[in-house]
Amino acid sequence: MLLSLETATVRFGGRAVLDGVGLAVAEQEIVCVLGPSGSGKSTLLRAVAGLQPLDAGRVLLDGRDQAAVPVHRREVGLMFQDHQLFPQRDVAGNVGFGLRMHGTAKDERAARVAELLDLVGLPGAGGRSVAALSGGEQQRVALARALAPRPRLLMLDEPLGQLDRTLRERLVVELRELFGRLGTTVLAVTHDQGEAFALADRVVVMRDGRIAQSGTPLEVWQRPADAFVARFLGFENVVEASVDGRVAITPWGKVPVAEGAAEGVRTLLVRPAGVRLLPAGEGLRCTVAARAFKGTHVAVHLQPADAPRLEAACALRSAPEVGDEVGVELDPADVVLLD
Amino acid sequence: MALPVAFFAVFFAYPVAAIVRRGLRIDGAWRFGRFADVLGDAGIRHVLWFTTWQALASTALTLLIALPGAYVLARLEFPGRQVLRAVVTVPFVLPTVVVGTAFLALLGHGGLLDQLWGVRLDTTVWAILLAHVFFNYAVVVRTVGGLWAQLDPRQEEAARMLGASPLTAWRTVTLPALAPAVAAAALMVFLFTFTSFGVVQILGGPTFSTLEVEIYRQTSEIFDLSTAAVLTLVQFAAVGAILAVHAWTVRRREGALKLVDAALTARRPRGAGQWTLLAGVLATIAVLLLLPLAVLVQRSLTAPGFGYYRALTDPDGGVFPVAPISAVGTSLSYAAAATAIAVVIGSLAAAALTRRDAGRLVRGFDALLMLPLGVSAVTVGFGFLIALDKPPLDLRQSWILVPLAQALVGVPFVVRTMLPVLRAVDARLREAAAVLGASPWRVWREVDLPMVRRALLVAAGFAFAVSLGEFGATVFIARPDNPTLPVAVARLLSRPGDLNYGQAMALSTILMVVCAVALLLLERLRTADRSGEL
Repeated sequence: MLLSLETATVRFGGRAVLDGVGLAVAEQEIVCVLGPSGSGKSTLLRAVAGLQPLDAGRVLLDGRDQAAVPVHRREVGLMFQDHQLFPQRDVAGNVGFGLRMHGTAKDERAARVAELLDLVGLPGAGGRSVAALSGGEQQRVALARALAPRPRLLMLDEPLGQLDRTLRERLVVELRELFGRLGTTVLAVTHDQGEAFALADRVVVMRDGRIAQSGTPLEVWQRPADAFVARFLGFENVVEASVDGRVAITPWGKVPVAEGAAEGVRTLLVRPAGVRLLPAGEGLRCTVAARAFKGTHVAVHLQPADAPRLEAACALRSAPEVGDEVGVELDPADVVLLD
Repeated sequence: MALPVAFFAVFFAYPVAAIVRRGLRIDGAWRFGRFADVLGDAGIRHVLWFTTWQALASTALTLLIALPGAYVLARLEFPGRQVLRAVVTVPFVLPTVVVGTAFLALLGHGGLLDQLWGVRLDTTVWAILLAHVFFNYAVVVRTVGGLWAQLDPRQEEAARMLGASPLTAWRTVTLPALAPAVAAAALMVFLFTFTSFGVVQILGGPTFSTLEVEIYRQTSEIFDLSTAAVLTLVQFAAVGAILAVHAWTVRRREGALKLVDAALTARRPRGAGQWTLLAGVLATIAVLLLLPLAVLVQRSLTAPGFGYYRALTDPDGGVFPVAPISAVGTSLSYAAAATAIAVVIGSLAAAALTRRDAGRLVRGFDALLMLPLGVSAVTVGFGFLIALDKPPLDLRQSWILVPLAQALVGVPFVVRTMLPVLRAVDARLREAAAVLGASPWRVWREVDLPMVRRALLVAAGFAFAVSLGEFGATVFIARPDNPTLPVAVARLLSRPGDLNYGQAMALSTILMVVCAVALLLLERLRTADRSGEL
């Protein structure tokens, strides 16, 4: 393993911001830590970089304990949330900074800076002032600066946080392609699930300083570990249900579940695609409370008489209007038992 | 941290304590009864009363005249704005002696107004008040205008959208945001005018005397040390109280204000109102700030063929054992030494105050650093003489004595200039450098130094100008054969005769030019700063 954290713990005034975190990142793997603000994900990066001392546990790089290694000798790269470009240096001065610190010869440095600026799509920008760059360009310069000294591990803190949506979606594809080509090992943190799923080989969901779930984007998306993860991923149809044999009893009615499911009170998720609309009078009787256009579909909020609201994903043409009466049935294929 | 503390203990606290002890401990016993005697004296009570009310009147007048200027220089865009901003700052660092002399040339006997209309103001309190406005105009423009330029105009626009008239929007949004800055500026002006020495010494005549002037009179003319000691303590208490209130208002000002880049808020003047305001402010600056200086220069040139300037080079003028012009060299070398001391001590103090783990004690030191600005310079000067005369600290014969005293006044300016810049360096910028492989020393050199370098130069410039103009302490400890410029000017002014008067004007002009050049260099550094990199 290139990077391993063993029961890494950081406390701020008695509160554990990182609470016994164990995490391993393999060579050339792209791992994305996903969590709401305050979940401890930035602290995780700072601990690996050596900017935040651990109160307990260990950080290992290539199997070696880093406790005694100061920040500037760890050979990891960190791209800060708001880039932190050096304002008094031009673009080339920023990108070449790490090389200069490592004593790289001038010619070699210039060549490497030019190569990196090409790589991030800013050829010939070396002489520009960083104050004159747009948000997207700053982002690219920050990336080039972090990559320049060829760090063993590249860490990204909310790499695309401040950019507008179209730019973000384009850059995330570019980044994944770039890291794949360079074979870079990446540990990124973000609060944006779309970003995490698009970028990562593996997603790690954090909550209150602990790891709530770890898996491939598909695994996490299909089987959220618990109600917190499900809600954080944007799923609203999460309720308690009691499982009895092959049937789960939910406030929305009975739903068949897979054989062998543990019995008793469980948390159950119904994906919006699995909420099927029927003509009024059939199935669970609901009123349409609200609808939101989502581009590819319409999210329809349905209010049953005496049960929590249900969100349904409807095709654009067949979506009912607010106030309509409809019937609802749940597709067992989109019903997931959590925890 | 240890060095600044030791510096202040030895060269500030110890001399002041020594002089108080000398004054109040007679025959081995403390005579606190002297307080009642001194404060009961009608003459002293009159001085106290005058000191207070002239300071209040000066402060009110300065605010009244300078607040429109603060607005115009902060919010209106017009050609020459940068230069004007530098120009209004010149008076603040001008030596008080020069200010006094300039107003004497304008308002005094045979002055410009006297010649034109037969009006003389030098026997009235107006001369003092106007000189104080002249001196402190920049304090208001810098403190209030600096904030005003950074207030987000969208706040006022939001109020307008909610139905407020322009005046109501200003009154309910802008004024409350500015109030703490106005209060802080007013307190600084009050502090400076309350402890005013050179200006009152020259313009006050026998009628008007502030505490500081009275302390000087008691020590150097009447030799009544115990009265001087009591007055020093009274002034100390007053200044302490003013600084405490000031620290409190500044802390409040650091609250949640929404600030934007000053470059974004300035607009070209629009409408008759704004043009009138601009014209009014320009006229005020011309009459109140530029005219006195112009008259000063003109007076120094009234003798044919630069006669007064040539007289300065005559070693047998009679007033000093050396040619008066040698004071220029003396002043420059003293000021250079004082600047070096002030920059080292001030930077160390500022660096210590910036450290994130700085505790309450250190932050208290922050306020203490301002004390030398307000504590009687006369006391410090005299204290130096009587306290630093015994081994191991026998400095009476040493040239370093004058720069040490001048550095005391320079340090607060260095700290004030460096602190905001050091505090503004984002800690994560240092972290970014460290992650890229920079060792801690390298981080300081690559990240902190480039950012602080300009501030350091600016601070050095301020310390230099302030040291150059320092009068109250220097007048005691500068040796007669080696006077500094302000001391020489005062000495020349105290002698009768046109030649002496003319030479005083000529020396003042030289002093003013040296100060102005230092300051204009500063302003260039500052604007270069703003346009590009910080």
